Amino acid sequence: MTDISDPSALSADAEAPRVEQETAAKRTLRAFRSAPLTAWFGMIVIAVYIIVALFAPFFAPYGEREIVGDQFELRSAEFLLGTDNLGRDLLSRLIYAARNTVGIALMTTFLAFSLGGILGMLAATLGGWVDQIISRIVDVLMSIPYIIFALLFLTVANTWIGQMDDPSPWLYTLALILIMAVLDSTRVYRLTRAVAMNIVVMDYVEAARLRGEGLLHIIRKEILPNAVAPLIAEFGLRFCFVFLSISALSFLGLGIQPPTADWGSMVKDNATLVSFGEIIPLYPACAIALLTVAVNFVVDWMLHRSSGLKE
Amino acid sequence: MSDDILLRMRNIRIDGKTGDDWLPIIKGVDLDLKRGEVLGLIGESGAGKSTMGLAAMGYVRDGCRIAGGSIEFEGTDLAQSSVAYCRKLRGKKIAYVAQSAAASFNPAHRLIEQYSEAPVIHGVMNRNEADSDAADIYRRLQLPNPDEIGFRYPHQVSGGQLQRAMTAMAMSCRPDLIIFDEPTTALDVTTQIEVLAAIRDAVDQFGTAAIYITHDLAVVAQMADKIMVLRYGELVEEADTRTMLSAPTQAYTKSLWAVRSFKSAAKVAPAPDATPVVSLRNVSASYGPVPVLHGVSFDIHKGRTVAVVGESGSGKSTAARCITGLLPPTEGEVLFNGQALPPSFKKRNKDQLRQAQMIYQMADTALNPKQRIRDIISRPVEFYLGLSGKAKRERVDALLDMIEMDPKVFGHRYPQELSGGQKQRIGIARALAAEPEFIICDEVTSALDQLVAEGILRLLDRLQSELGLAYMFITHDLATVRSIADEVVVMQHGKVVEQGPKEEMFRPPHHPYTDLLLSSVPEMDPDWLTGLLAARERGDVVGELPPA
Repeated sequence: MTDISDPSALSADAEAPRVEQETAAKRTLRAFRSAPLTAWFGMIVIAVYIIVALFAPFFAPYGEREIVGDQFELRSAEFLLGTDNLGRDLLSRLIYAARNTVGIALMTTFLAFSLGGILGMLAATLGGWVDQIISRIVDVLMSIPYIIFALLFLTVANTWIGQMDDPSPWLYTLALILIMAVLDSTRVYRLTRAVAMNIVVMDYVEAARLRGEGLLHIIRKEILPNAVAPLIAEFGLRFCFVFLSISALSFLGLGIQPPTADWGSMVKDNATLVSFGEIIPLYPACAIALLTVAVNFVVDWMLHRSSGLKE
Repeated sequence: MSDDILLRMRNIRIDGKTGDDWLPIIKGVDLDLKRGEVLGLIGESGAGKSTMGLAAMGYVRDGCRIAGGSIEFEGTDLAQSSVAYCRKLRGKKIAYVAQSAAASFNPAHRLIEQYSEAPVIHGVMNRNEADSDAADIYRRLQLPNPDEIGFRYPHQVSGGQLQRAMTAMAMSCRPDLIIFDEPTTALDVTTQIEVLAAIRDAVDQFGTAAIYITHDLAVVAQMADKIMVLRYGELVEEADTRTMLSAPTQAYTKSLWAVRSFKSAAKVAPAPDATPVVSLRNVSASYGPVPVLHGVSFDIHKGRTVAVVGESGSGKSTAARCITGLLPPTEGEVLFNGQALPPSFKKRNKDQLRQAQMIYQMADTALNPKQRIRDIISRPVEFYLGLSGKAKRERVDALLDMIEMDPKVFGHRYPQELSGGQKQRIGIARALAAEPEFIICDEVTSALDQLVAEGILRLLDRLQSELGLAYMFITHDLATVRSIADEVVVMQHGKVVEQGPKEEMFRPPHHPYTDLLLSSVPEMDPDWLTGLLAARERGDVVGELPPA
């Protein structure tokens, strides 16, 4: 935060010591205290999701894959939200799905950020042909529609895994995470490269180069700390996109494979009920919507802070 | 004769928001401006000059508010008026000329379209009248090809021309008052003259009143009828220009006047056979296919300061980039203590890199905003000297003491928690941390106020005599050259046009370009501009750039 409006910062009396000293902890505390209502709402919702996901077996009345009743039973004291097309408890599956959907989305986003972030930093710092090669490859990947590309790769991967002798169900999930991460890293790459480009031209980076610093030091100490704010904000947004894409792919049948619970496939499995005037498929849809909105509220707040806007 | 008063500000108070608090920026200042009068507002940055100038239009920046007082323009209080009323005045009755013309023009439109905008909106003229009027004003402001220049885009004219085009734009509605906010600060001395003369003529011809904001006393002396000195949002002194210059009464005003008095002590000339620390031998360089340096040669000896002067684009900074190895020369070589340096910094070893350090013009971009002061300075200490732990900490403390900053107070701060002068001191400490023999100072004082700049020059001078450093001092400010240089190299169009000891350089006869540079430096005499223009008219001194 540059206090342009603070007269003491600009005072010509160079030797006048500047006011209070803030510790990092105090700063964070003050930031939280000044957070708007929407950000608080977002943070609380996210916290609830995390707790539910972590302690799913504790909250869920039944097991994730357990068939406990008849097909499509209505809401009752026994089954709070009713049962699904195979007679599994909907509430339990909803709770377990938080684990799967959010966990996989989080892992995918992390991977996408590591890959795209590192390549973006390298491209911006090294420039020249390194930048050219990586950027053109990314351009090619981005020129094909996202969902169609994902469908294509997943079909290939799933067929390939299916041909193995005794494929572990985890392999399908791993393939999903890897494919989504690679596709998403292209977007992260573009952002990181743009942000880092603006930092690379700064005099302090030139000073570090002239000092004879290595690439790793320049990226880690000079560029990354200054790029971290927009990247964190982007992380939130990316997480939402990945999460929605996984749900969409699950709905299409290529995402998280049954019997693992997942919000996207839960919407698909129970979709027929909508024509009977039942709102059951809307529960997992609401779970998706609520988390997306919550994450966006928090991200908006963080973007606002990182852009240095005051009021 | 109260009718004569155009603008009357009474006890004006303006607050700025910091965090959750309102802090006063202007603390109750009175201002009177008669029709046709030019008022100079001077003070250092943060004194509230620009805030005051904007307030004269009834405007405050975002995050500021008018906390009290009145701003009577032609008898109406703008502080109480509606936004709509103020908007009707702005551009028509009151106009504003900003410091950076390049940032104030819309790059997507031709100059003349932007000229016509205000008169057409305010219904003063229709489009055709405005267009022909533009040519007339351009002619009065001595722009070349006045009938044609309006059809260019902002990037197609020079900085000085753009600043005049902006003044023309302000004149388009024949306002009663124009506020000039540091209109020549970003320009070279030789360009500044043209703009100053043009502004003064235009203001004279139309009898426009003006508020001229600047931190350069010599400039304000040429322009203003009376001067107000501001400090910390308060009025220090107010008087007509001649009285103010000859007999300032306040201590602060006197200190502003005396700032340019610093002179480094004369140093012994190097022995004729001494090996220079840095020596450029016939260095040529180019950016891509465009050649920017042509066979530049000069030497820098131990313990001495070589000032490299010239306008922007003359190749001063390029020469520095050749020395540091950022731009490998296409021809010639750079010698360090008699040894040829590898052309690119990537090929130089740690010791070669350590020996030549650099201090940057903009301390803001030269210090990593996410690193604490202690980390910024300790990095070269550990990188070059291999110190760590206690030894490193002590060395950093010693360096901070050397630049007269308390390690306990400043060590754990971030750069944005320092003032401009303090940041520049940290830049110096970082260069010293490498224990170099030679430091390039790239316009280190040009972004600073005069008092602060003087402090930096004194510090550099003291360090030089203590540590025997050699400086290459890049600047376009000849006052700085006078105070610190031992030798001067004058550059133009990528060539050295003249070089020698300072005393010789400031004594005629000069190379015509040196003469032009020297004669363009404003002096504190209010008749200087008039005298100079008359002399140039007669051909006594050079008034045009000699062809390249």
